[in-house]
Amino acid sequence: MMSDSSYGQLVKLDNKHGVVDVPRPDVSQAVLKDALSARPFDAAVTAFVLACLPRSKAPVLWVQDRASRLENGRVYGPALKGMRLLRVEVSHARDVLWAMEEGAGCAGLAAVVGEVHGAPPVLDFTATKRLAMRAEASGIPVWLIRSGTVEGLSAARERWRIGSLASEVHPYNPAAPGAPMWEAELFRARGRSPGIWEVSHDVGKNGGENRLRFLPRSGDGPLEEDHGRAAHAAG
Amino acid sequence: MDRWRRITAAQRTLPDEAVPVVLATQGTHGPVVHAVSAAGVARGIACGARVVDVQAIHPDLHVEQADIEGDQALLGRVALWARRWCPWTVAEHDGILMDVRGAAHLFGGEAQMLRDMHARFAMQGLRARLALGPTRGAAQMLARFGAQGVICGADDVAEVLAPLPVAALRLPHDTLRLLERLGLRTVGALADVPRVGLMRRFAGTVEAANPLLLLDRALGRSADPLDAPAEGARWLAPVRMAEPVVDPVPWLEGLAEDLAAQLAQAEQGARLLRVTIYRVDGEWRSRDVATARASRDALHFVRLVTGKLDGIDPGFGFDLMTLEALRVEPLVLHQDRLDGTHDAGADVAALLDRLTAKLGPQRVTWDAWVQSHKPERVEARVPVLAGAVEGTVEVARERPLRLFDPAEEVVVLYAVPEGPPARFSWRRVTFLMVRFEGPERIAPEWWRDRSGTRLRDYYKVEVMEGRRFWLFRGGIVGDARGGDPRWFLQGVFG
Repeated sequence: MMSDSSYGQLVKLDNKHGVVDVPRPDVSQAVLKDALSARPFDAAVTAFVLACLPRSKAPVLWVQDRASRLENGRVYGPALKGMRLLRVEVSHARDVLWAMEEGAGCAGLAAVVGEVHGAPPVLDFTATKRLAMRAEASGIPVWLIRSGTVEGLSAARERWRIGSLASEVHPYNPAAPGAPMWEAELFRARGRSPGIWEVSHDVGKNGGENRLRFLPRSGDGPLEEDHGRAAHAAG
Repeated sequence: MDRWRRITAAQRTLPDEAVPVVLATQGTHGPVVHAVSAAGVARGIACGARVVDVQAIHPDLHVEQADIEGDQALLGRVALWARRWCPWTVAEHDGILMDVRGAAHLFGGEAQMLRDMHARFAMQGLRARLALGPTRGAAQMLARFGAQGVICGADDVAEVLAPLPVAALRLPHDTLRLLERLGLRTVGALADVPRVGLMRRFAGTVEAANPLLLLDRALGRSADPLDAPAEGARWLAPVRMAEPVVDPVPWLEGLAEDLAAQLAQAEQGARLLRVTIYRVDGEWRSRDVATARASRDALHFVRLVTGKLDGIDPGFGFDLMTLEALRVEPLVLHQDRLDGTHDAGADVAALLDRLTAKLGPQRVTWDAWVQSHKPERVEARVPVLAGAVEGTVEVARERPLRLFDPAEEVVVLYAVPEGPPARFSWRRVTFLMVRFEGPERIAPEWWRDRSGTRLRDYYKVEVMEGRRFWLFRGGIVGDARGGDPRWFLQGVFG
């Protein structure tokens, strides 16, 4: 499906089954990905990660440490639209990593998401490397959502930085915020080129399409062609 | 009565010894007396009387609710405990029957055994009325209506039972009235009546109401066997060390395999495991682990228990270690698929076990839904081992992706008459409102909230540079429920 923008693209997400990922990378889907928040108190990261998770009946393991619970609040169930969350709330980042490793080895889960606030010493390169290898071995997408100051190395196969943009125009009320828009920056990736996109999420309702729309920010010449070809290939 | 006294004494002050206390149950025409304290017995209060009548006679009466199910549970446990004296014991609705045939000599004779029983029941805080009879019926009658600790042989049973009232036969009420009208007040009088007449009189009655049959059983003329319940099986794998050791981990695998083999033999799976070490200084320490679904996988046992052993203090070492399955469920081997792939559900169940075992049951939860208008009250959490929750929540309006509980107050820097503040400060950051949607008014739930709870007007607010918050104003001006309304931030939209 081609886009309704001159050089943007539309990625069609499977509504029922299969792994949803954007823009479709060549490597296996089941890798460790970092999602960083561009600014504090921004739920755009959570929304982006939730939009990327596969839609399936299997539960999603959601691990949160105490600092991120205080800083960013809890994920609110009624907004999730039928996704089953297995919540694990721990106090220390060490336990978050342990629970994520246990979850990454379990084939019955749809995905594993962990949230860590700041840069605790236990979350070093070795820990993320172990997590990444475990995710690749089991075939489950693993997301690590990080907020606050994020320093140090990470072995995540893709690192995203997500921030909110001003929302689209509300169709009925110009004074009200409309559908959300995010800025997604892929600043480190293995096997693909990084870039910056404006992302909007069309929630599939009543048989409609559930899709993430990626529009490159201006100045990304070579990437546009790349994605145009990828979109052609995807059909 | 003893049980009530012990439980109540732990919670509040008991009434004075001189005050009669009765435990009441619900009867056909209002509450009736179920049990009476010693002071009540001295004043002549009888079981089965109506509480209002007794209260009219004794104005200082203290009435409490009886706990019949609790009493039955206690009797059941005590009946199993009483197997220390003999292998066959049964709990009845108001007593315990023990078949001590061939067991009395182990305790130094019958009289000695009764004394031992009396002392040990007293140690448990229970008063027991004991009697020993040649038949089940005779022992029952003597325990309730005879002297304390009476022992009756097979030869003189008729003489011993003769002076007891016919009520000792535990006949129904109308049969007792009939016998009383016939002038048969004691068991002896009943036994003297010619059998043919009695048989004709009670030919149509059921077994439990037929005085002749009951008398025959009590006197040993017809058989009356005891039907004792089987003792629950114990699933226990012990290992004894030649000399005290400190590290339990190397022994665990053998124990788990042993226990798994026992469970496999009986086609059971463990839901609750307990590992216990017995230290050389006479102390013991134990840890419990629960599982989400019945399992007899030795490797799974080892992984569950290993995390728990860190907190166990081995002291100077231990020489006995046991792994026990406290709660089991039937578990038959089954194959879900023909293609030999893994069962994903079993994987998740094992994961839940490991997470719960290490982090604690309150940390690992499913979402459950509560019917409520308040956003923070809609979500409840249930521990995963309690089972999964079905159903989804239906909310008509858009809800934020993240929620702060409790909501955090924001400082209004520039208020406008209608709608949310144009500038506000939250967590020491100043935000400038650009667009908003609302209000959505959520009124307090009068059937649940305290009086004086203020209503809430919710707004979805987009600030400069595009973050979307969920603000609400607590109350409105002039609602007479506190001062000026304050603003709170409760959620963040994606």
